[in-house]
Amino acid sequence: MHRFANPARFLRLSAALRPWALGVALLTLLAGVWLALFDSPPDYQQGETVRIMYIHVPAAWMAMMVYATMAVASVVGLVWKHVVAELYTKAAAPLGAGFTTLCLVSGSLWGQPMWGTWWVWDARLTSVLILLFIYLGYMVLVTAFDDPQRGLKAGAVLTLVGAVNLPIIKFSVDWWNTLHQPASVIRLGGAALDPSMLWPLLIMAVAFTALFVWLVLLRTETEIAERRIRSLRLATAITAGRDEAPQLEQPIA
Amino acid sequence: MAEFFAMGGYAAYVWSAYGAAVLMLTGLAVATLAQRRRSRRNLERLQQLRGRRKQV
Repeated sequence: MHRFANPARFLRLSAALRPWALGVALLTLLAGVWLALFDSPPDYQQGETVRIMYIHVPAAWMAMMVYATMAVASVVGLVWKHVVAELYTKAAAPLGAGFTTLCLVSGSLWGQPMWGTWWVWDARLTSVLILLFIYLGYMVLVTAFDDPQRGLKAGAVLTLVGAVNLPIIKFSVDWWNTLHQPASVIRLGGAALDPSMLWPLLIMAVAFTALFVWLVLLRTETEIAERRIRSLRLATAITAGRDEAPQLEQPIA
Repeated sequence: MAEFFAMGGYAAYVWSAYGAAVLMLTGLAVATLAQRRRSRRNLERLQQLRGRRKQV
């Protein structure tokens, strides 16, 4: 683990992994979308709307998996002051928020024709909405300090407190009466899905995961660069007058 | 073909969900690549400036 705490070593590893992640993502996306739209059957009850599942379920898995990796990275960052782990958490959060939004939007578009409503305040839907708010809260908190190091530390603590929501999301469909159906893939006794639907779903899940890996490697590299920019700026500000400071582009958002 | 796009009468829901996925994933990729380009340029400028200073 400590071998990767060195940013230079991480950058080398990341540059080597990135093309593979992108390649796997593009191939599995193509295959997954083809299977999902053309080569899988309509459901006997839900008809063609079942094709929304191939977006919705992988997005929901990613929403939780990304958060789980952030929680692990937060522990590593807090306990061992692992630089790359801290920056990884910051890099992953917007991606997790994106997957969570996609999960909620696609779920709503599935709920309207099948349940007759866009939204209900049942335990599953509400706990996933809370997950989105935790992601957004993290993103605001981590940039709210003048000292980025303090922001990262506060963000790590928030991530760990928010991790209690993950088992609540997972077991919400068992603990409470929900309109949302219980688990049908990851459950005791194996998947309750026919292979003709399970395969497109699993391939789309691989595609989303590979895409996330590609993006989070890029974003972690950017965070490392931003850290270096900050220290160089401080160094130049000390050794030179302000008029000599370079014109730097400001962040977009 | 028309039957495929009709999605058994659920076209609006199915295609909106796939459209949302395309928007979200390309949006994240575009934002990520733009941020990366900007920060690499900034880092290069700073490193050049430092190089010049050392020569003086």
